[in-house]
Amino acid sequence: MPLNLDEVRRIARLARIEISGAEAEKNRDQLNGIFGFIEQLQSVDTDGIAPMAHAVDVVQRLRTDAVTETDRRSAFQAIAPETEAGLYLVPKVIE
Amino acid sequence: MHREAQWEVVIGLETHAQLRTQSKIFSGAPTAFGAAPNGQACAVDIALPGVLPVLNREAVVCAIKFGLAVGAQIAPRSIFARKNYFYPDLPKGYQISQFEIPVVSGGGLRIQIGQGDRSVEKYVNLTRAHLEEDAGKSLHEDFHGKTGIDLNRAGTPLLEIVSEPDMRSSAEAVAYAKALHALVQWIGICDGNMQEGSFRCDANVSVRRPGEPLGTRREIKNLNSFRFMQQAIDYEIQWQINEIEEGRTIQQATVLFDPDTGETRSMRSKEDAQDYRYFPDPDLLPLEIKADWIAEVKAGMPELPEAMKARFEADYGLSAYDAVALTATLDTARYFEQTVAVAGTGSAKPCANWVMGEVAARLNKEGLDITASPVSPRQLGGVVVRIVDNTISNKIARDVFEALWNGEGTDADGVIEAKGLKQITDSGAIEKIIDEVLAANQKSVEEFRAGKEKAFNALVGQAMKATKGKANPQQVNDLLRAKLGA
Repeated sequence: MPLNLDEVRRIARLARIEISGAEAEKNRDQLNGIFGFIEQLQSVDTDGIAPMAHAVDVVQRLRTDAVTETDRRSAFQAIAPETEAGLYLVPKVIE
Repeated sequence: MHREAQWEVVIGLETHAQLRTQSKIFSGAPTAFGAAPNGQACAVDIALPGVLPVLNREAVVCAIKFGLAVGAQIAPRSIFARKNYFYPDLPKGYQISQFEIPVVSGGGLRIQIGQGDRSVEKYVNLTRAHLEEDAGKSLHEDFHGKTGIDLNRAGTPLLEIVSEPDMRSSAEAVAYAKALHALVQWIGICDGNMQEGSFRCDANVSVRRPGEPLGTRREIKNLNSFRFMQQAIDYEIQWQINEIEEGRTIQQATVLFDPDTGETRSMRSKEDAQDYRYFPDPDLLPLEIKADWIAEVKAGMPELPEAMKARFEADYGLSAYDAVALTATLDTARYFEQTVAVAGTGSAKPCANWVMGEVAARLNKEGLDITASPVSPRQLGGVVVRIVDNTISNKIARDVFEALWNGEGTDADGVIEAKGLKQITDSGAIEKIIDEVLAANQKSVEEFRAGKEKAFNALVGQAMKATKGKANPQQVNDLLRAKLGA
């Protein structure tokens, strides 16, 4: 199931990556190369095998519900492009 | 035929309940409401490079409690996924949620539509409930053309509860939302504060001709009051029916309700519908919930409202109406049971009347929660004991209650003693008072003898007045009838 150029452009848009026409063609060929590997993987018979969400068979370690973080806003905001009244400022977003 | 009758409304609700934890779902930052902007957003919450999420055990406990409360399956192994989208209040560029295997699946909620004898019961099935993190907040005003971002809410634990499209009217949707709202507070997983956004609903609404396949739905986002929910759904239903009847088709869309105009308006249409590209989050391993953990959580849970309601009816002989009212909140139910523990099971009905009547009215008047009632269940139980054993009348009991409310005395007996409110039960003393009343009210006596029952009540009133309300009204009644030879 090879990808076409429109699909590549859509994926780029979803990932907020700007690509030129030539790059789109290159990306399409590279992605289709990866799809070739996936097709090989999919040819393996996995009937009766439960899918795994993680490569290793271990489970999540849990944290006790306690506040362990202190307010480090000024340190974090020192590297922010723009702040005001404790808020991070970003270009206007309109819904 | 009424126009609406030709249409069937189909509604499903997605509810975000903020979980009552001290710290965030994947970080150790606090979750308290109302802090200075970004003062509670740590490196994990603002997605600095290199940080890793670690799941809060208590958030999982909340999900288990909910699953148990609605009779759902709790997944022995569930998976966290990344839901990808770009928005400035979502610093990672994805929300950690659950997709293919949620922590809770199935179950349902019994709801009551309407009140009293005319109410109807219905069972609403749940699809699932999953754990996820909240996003931050965007402030669009006052920043010279820029948007301000507060990430304090980012990473706050949420349980998203998804119902099946089982509701057929706005009234049913509101009844479901109210039942869910009461339940999450009952089991202590959410504070239910809708103004602060701790409990918010999205409603998926569609209409169809009865028997036809489901119509195209539109999703009304962020309904944070039951009244707005009702208004928004009713408007949306009318709008959809109009569109179809005028020959247009419904486009799938996300809409917002504007409380000022009472209208819903489209926010996003299908053309730019989101493609979230969910995939398992490699930073988080599968969540394992073993049977012994579920059993441990279950042991620590309060009796559920359904069960408690049935028990109140069976053990205390209360009506369904009383049982529903007393189990409106866990605190009310506990207050009632503690009152009964003092007054005795046989006095459950007067206890119920007092809790739903005087106590509720007084708390309401002063804007107090039942846990902050100046009259404790022990004190109220003491009042009821003295009503039942005829030491005081109901009327005097209200004075005793008032005195206790105002902190005059520590218990009913003390107040009755100090204020001399003890009911006169000595029939000799009452007869003497009645004789005086009869002598002074000859006109009423004659009227009564002429067949006017009203005159009898006037005489009882006079006698009660003469005793300053301390006589037992029934006893006065009986003695008076005997005297009048009636």
